[in-house]
Formats: sequence, structure tokens, C-alpha cells
Amino acid sequence: MDRGKDWAERIGVSKLNVTVRLFAIYREKAGTTELVLELPEGADVGHLAGEMRRRYPAITRDPSAIVVAVNQEYADHDHVLSDGDEAALIPPVSGGFLAR
Amino acid sequence: MIEITDEPLDPEAITAKVSQDSNGAVVTFLGTTRDFTAGRKVLHLEYEAYRPMADSKLAEIVDEIRERWSIEDVAIAHRLGRLEIGETSLIVAVASPHREAAFAACQYSVDRIKEMVPIWKKEFFQGGEVWVGSQEGPTAEEPVEITPTGCGR
Repeated sequence: MDRGKDWAERIGVSKLNVTVRLFAIYREKAGTTELVLELPEGADVGHLAGEMRRRYPAITRDPSAIVVAVNQEYADHDHVLSDGDEAALIPPVSGGFLAR
Repeated sequence: MIEITDEPLDPEAITAKVSQDSNGAVVTFLGTTRDFTAGRKVLHLEYEAYRPMADSKLAEIVDEIRERWSIEDVAIAHRLGRLEIGETSLIVAVASPHREAAFAACQYSVDRIKEMVPIWKKEFFQGGEVWVGSQEGPTAEEPVEITPTGCGR
């Protein structure tokens, strides 16, 4: 069972759904282009990255280093998510870290 | 003008889009696929994009050019999908009354595209394939995974 989901139900926290899109090397390592994550309300990008790392460990050993876009804007890991958001995991573009 | 397309790019047509009578200089950059990189013989490339974020980020770069150099005449075209060696993946054309701004703005555009536009390049070379840029950053915690082409996993 999904530990995050149990916890949220136990303490009565409402949930939000975020569509996560994967590209390039992340897509290949996860084996999927898109999925929907159910997260507790108040979850931020850092939580999402951590959850993606938990489900797809091949993506990275360091979820804090994953660059994420929310609704097509780059977002810090403390950016709080909303129900219906689209998040995308953005692999490095060319020859190094993605700068904003 | 901004274009992201699967079709082959036409440098003349894109250059023509920025040519106004008020401009004394037109600088056009072509990004092409080369046959050797880091000691690997490249067979072909494939480009993938996150659209419409790639489109909006290109538009942002055009705004940056406008603000920084007061240049209005910019055209950027990026091609996606499979590209053979020698084909053009990216065209940036910038026009300005004087050449200093045109050169600077064109280089700036190319650098910015490679920094922050969500378009990725996969290189298929003799002996394997690799996503360019994946050797560093969060995907590089483990050794580079080179998948031999033609082999099942």
C-alpha cells in the first residue's frame, strides 16, 4: 500500500492529484511518459521529487537535484503544489546542469 | 518568430523573416549535427521536446533580446525528431541596425536555448546511444548507461 496515502487518510488530510510528465532519460529510466500522483495537501515539489525517486529509483539517487517544472514554469523544491497541477521532470538539457 | 517543427529547416526562409530595410546587419546561426563527438562516431540524433513549455521558453528568450538590445527582429526555429549527420537542428536569425548587437544577441540566444529550453538530444553512435547532458547532474550518480543498439534488454 502507498505509505503516503495511508498517512493522509489516517490524519484526515485532503489529497491533491498531480500529473507528472517524464521526458528523455527520465522517461526511459521510469518506463513511462506520464502518471498521476496522489499527494497530501501541502505537498511541495520536494515531496513530489522524493515520491518519484521512491517509485522509480532508477531516475536518480538524489531527488533534491531533480529540476521540476510546474505548469510549465521552473519551480523550486519548496513550491507548494495544487490539485490539478502538471509537473514535469526536466533532465539536463545539454552538456551540464539546467540553469534557469 | 518562433517555430518548433518536425520538418527540415530552411535557413533562407528564416533569415528572410528578420530582414527589414532598417537593419544593416543580419546574423544567422545554424546548429548542425556533426559526425564525431567526444571520440564517438555519431550515426544520427533524435530531438525531443516538452511542448508547449519549449515554445513559451523560446518566447521568453525573444523578450530578453528585445529588452537587452532593443532588437525586434528575431527568428528561432528548432527541429525535432530524427536528424541525420549534416542536417540543421536549430536556426537563430537576428537583425539589427548595427552588427555588434546582432552578433551579441544571436550568441546570447543560442546559449540561453541550451540552458533553459526543455528540448533534449539523444545521440546514436557506433557502439551505443546516450542522452547528451545526462553524464552530469542528477542522472550521473551511476556510471553512464550506454545501451548497445540492436540488443534487447
